[in-house]
Amino acid sequence: MKKIYFDNNATTPIDPEVFEAMVPFLKDEWGNPSSIHWAARAPRKAVDEGREKVCKLLNCAALELIFTSSGTEGDNHAIRGVAYAKKEKGNHIITTKVEHPAVLNTCKALAKEGFETTYLDVNAEGLLDLDALKAAITPKTILITVMYANNETGVIFPIKEIGEIAKERGVTFHTDAVQAAGKIPIDVQKLNVDLLTISGHKLYAPKGMGALFVKRGVRLVPLITGGHHERNRRGGTENVAGIAAMGKAAEIAIRDMEKEGAQILALRNRLEKGLAEKIPHIKINGAIDRRLPNTSNISFEFVEGESLLLNLDMKGIAASSGSACTSGSLEPSHVMLAMSLSHEMSHGSVRFSLGKMNTVEDIDYLIEIMPPIVERMRSMSPLYAGAK
Amino acid sequence: MYSDKVMDHFSNPRNVGEVDGADGTGTVGNPACGDIMKLTIKVENDKITDVKFKTFGCGAAIATSSMVTELVKGKGLAEAENISNNTVAEALDGLPPVKMHCSNLAADALHAAIEDYKKKHAGK
Repeated sequence: MKKIYFDNNATTPIDPEVFEAMVPFLKDEWGNPSSIHWAARAPRKAVDEGREKVCKLLNCAALELIFTSSGTEGDNHAIRGVAYAKKEKGNHIITTKVEHPAVLNTCKALAKEGFETTYLDVNAEGLLDLDALKAAITPKTILITVMYANNETGVIFPIKEIGEIAKERGVTFHTDAVQAAGKIPIDVQKLNVDLLTISGHKLYAPKGMGALFVKRGVRLVPLITGGHHERNRRGGTENVAGIAAMGKAAEIAIRDMEKEGAQILALRNRLEKGLAEKIPHIKINGAIDRRLPNTSNISFEFVEGESLLLNLDMKGIAASSGSACTSGSLEPSHVMLAMSLSHEMSHGSVRFSLGKMNTVEDIDYLIEIMPPIVERMRSMSPLYAGAK
Repeated sequence: MYSDKVMDHFSNPRNVGEVDGADGTGTVGNPACGDIMKLTIKVENDKITDVKFKTFGCGAAIATSSMVTELVKGKGLAEAENISNNTVAEALDGLPPVKMHCSNLAADALHAAIEDYKKKHAGK
């Protein structure tokens, strides 16, 4: 059976070049980079070089980057780190209703410690109202945390403009750029961000690696206390192989982003055009022209997302859904609901997130097999009868 | 995550559609939770002679709907009333725990259809 992977926002395959970059540190160069002796030399060099390469991807200085174990850790470190460091100044955080759970649940957890969070709405296209953001800032506001691009819809937020507002009002600004990194150019010098989270396994490096940009001068209480690692900001012996991998992945992203981005965008457009031509009653979710090039979120009216995913899986296609059934809760995707989609349309949303391994043949195969699947599921749906 | 039986009923659902001139109709679930099931039955001499379903929902919702139609076709009303959501889940070799409470409504739809039949035929 064919195996086609359209779930690159969940995780990416490991690039063979990235894999090769890791191998020495899983085999012969197993030393602790903090040691003074011969065994430490190659690992130390790998950590330093990995850091330089990731810094190049973000355009920051080496001392501004902390390696973490994941995007979730980066988000936790940024949000809790700022909240604790600035708690004398205020207790108010501003975020959005469409953030990743790593941000939403961290803000929710902080409520138990006396912090208050404003969750900004998005409109039907998934876009923010910057006037609402300005209006939400109070003298007690210590942190704004807004994602760079949404993981479910690919909608990109105006980070530079939000950063300007934050700067003007003297509020620290964090962005979760896990989905954006490697897909679109990021330059922290131009963005007015104080903190920025990225993750390795969304850019063809393995799971278990992430990084947090912390602008010089931003005070942050450490999340993991321990040794002197990461300039006393994150304890724990460095994941040398992971850092080497992330460095290589960053290098490849810088090298190939423009070419691959254009390729992937062409594939995404082909996918959306093909499905829209062949299947009635579908809706593309999220502002069409303000999305990551790789992400397509489509609601198939009258049918439920998980049953579509099961059908696709039987044909070898991997995708994901905003259906409650795939979130492990009774509620469908909070992102779809925040965009005021009906419950049916939220349950019927499917996300195709493309990657550099995808081909025109992959897209055409999807366009070929999807219409009969949707038609069959609709013929079984009690909601469809009246709509024909 | 689903048993082979669930996947079988999901891929080849039995008795899809609506019974012509149904004697009873049961609709349960709601769009908020993502599952809506509509079951129609034909009843002759207190026996369910035909039964069909239409379902909007996940794999478990469709498989339980299909399974319940298989379980009750040809059965007496009293026997059908004894079929519970658990009976249906067991007949499918179980459902994932998270699905037990949200997508396991097929017996409820059946009971609603029988109820509807009885209401319509009371005193006849």
